[in-house]
Amino acid sequence: MKKTIITVVGMDTVGIIAKVCTYLADNGINILDISQTIVQGWFNMMMITDMSGANKAFGDISAELTALGEEIGVQIKCQSEDIFSAMHRI
Amino acid sequence: MINIYEVAETNKMVEKENLDVRTITLGISLLDCIDSDIKVLNDKIYNKITSYARDLVKVGEDISTEFGIPIVNKRISVTPIALIGGAACKSTDDFVSIALTLDKAAKAVGVNFIGGYSALVAKGMTPAEEMLIRSIPDALASTDRIMSSVNLGSTKTGINMDAVRLMGDVIKETAEKTKEKDSLGCTKLVVLCNAPDDNPFMAGAFHGVTEADAIINVGVSGPGVVKYALEQVRGESFEVLCETIKKTAFKVTRVGQIVAKEASKRLGIPFGIVDLSLAPTPAVGDSVADILCEMGLEHAGAPGTTAALALLNDQVKKGGVMASSYVGGLSGAFIPVSEDQGMIDAVNAGALTIEKLEAMTCVCSVGLDMIAIPGDTPNTTISGIIADELAIGMINQKTTAVRVIPVIGKGVGDNVEFGGLLGHAPIMPVNGFDCSDFVNRGGRIPAPIHSFKN
Repeated sequence: MKKTIITVVGMDTVGIIAKVCTYLADNGINILDISQTIVQGWFNMMMITDMSGANKAFGDISAELTALGEEIGVQIKCQSEDIFSAMHRI
Repeated sequence: MINIYEVAETNKMVEKENLDVRTITLGISLLDCIDSDIKVLNDKIYNKITSYARDLVKVGEDISTEFGIPIVNKRISVTPIALIGGAACKSTDDFVSIALTLDKAAKAVGVNFIGGYSALVAKGMTPAEEMLIRSIPDALASTDRIMSSVNLGSTKTGINMDAVRLMGDVIKETAEKTKEKDSLGCTKLVVLCNAPDDNPFMAGAFHGVTEADAIINVGVSGPGVVKYALEQVRGESFEVLCETIKKTAFKVTRVGQIVAKEASKRLGIPFGIVDLSLAPTPAVGDSVADILCEMGLEHAGAPGTTAALALLNDQVKKGGVMASSYVGGLSGAFIPVSEDQGMIDAVNAGALTIEKLEAMTCVCSVGLDMIAIPGDTPNTTISGIIADELAIGMINQKTTAVRVIPVIGKGVGDNVEFGGLLGHAPIMPVNGFDCSDFVNRGGRIPAPIHSFKN
């Protein structure tokens, strides 16, 4: 299973997690793990997800999440886990 | 499992410190295109490049999206054209027709540069190789995306001084033929000693005859990442400094390795090498000179610069080597002038001269790179500069190169603007004393004593 990391960074506000999770649920993306912190009012969340059951292509999901982020005033990135494993795990 | 801090670190490198994959370069052998009919040859070259590289740009963009890492350039390198055109080309115009074909193919597949309009003449020139060299000014003046390189010497063979002398003329003629664009043609022409067969970086990229039919080589970059890491260890000892560079180089190279592997898998073309170079761009925060300053120099070029660059280059290699299964190409720090804002600042401040740059090339991966010089510099002086630089490469068993731009109509005090990644530069003064009797002698400089290892 190829995992995808979704990061959400921005000013904290009501309903960020709800909106992102709703999008993921609507598109058949399973959340495996969530970690989240707030540093000096900045919301910082990372989700590890499984997109193997997703009903859209990776590029489309990535673009739609970026657009969703702009709507709620946060930056959302969607990246393959491989890039992080390569850099941080030997 | 990957944690939030590791994810944040990687993304910060990309967003704030200009970490990117500088190039995916697809090397394509054109040896099986050789034909005695120039038209047939051109058709075969066009067809092979456009079929092998058909998906290169798209695959590069897909990987970029999925990994969230910019892949700045998608490029192609081909077998040195002097070898491919030898049987068909009866004139320099025939060679230029191949350049036009390469340019057309590059545009058709959407790559920004294609390297390999090249000749390897370290010991001697065949008539075809000499003809290709003489065709370079017209080829570069009549195309947009062609990169040209000529290997003029090696530790094993010595230096071909006849070709060095000829290249002085060719560089000047290229400058003349592209003088409306500030002699832009010379930014696409490099001469080398010990040119590697698998270099993914332009202008020196070509697909060597020792290579497979097609291969993926990747060049990573990240001067900004190294600089940021060093900001965290200000005032610490050399041990800490070196360890920090090494660890950072490891992380940067791992990105190159995974991108290279992924591109290789998706294109069905074997992975060749990752080139560990620190390649600057004119963007703020993407400068090798800034790393030297961060180490404690007021400007690149100050006393201590060669030592700082030597340790930087060595630590980048030490960190990078473990991060990739195959490393190659040039692998080290690049010190171009016009492509590095910190270098430009150093020249403008009077801290950096061509002579100091020459000393710096003894300890880094390439040579005198992207240096604008007065347009009235004599051809023989350019040949002398080349001979000096190649001698450093020959004696030290390393790659060295010269990419100087004699900007026609401009002199010291003027500035030149090449645009984009090629940047801008102040014209640097050149030593005015004459060397024509030396470079006009003819023949070649023999290989050094330490090349005889058999």
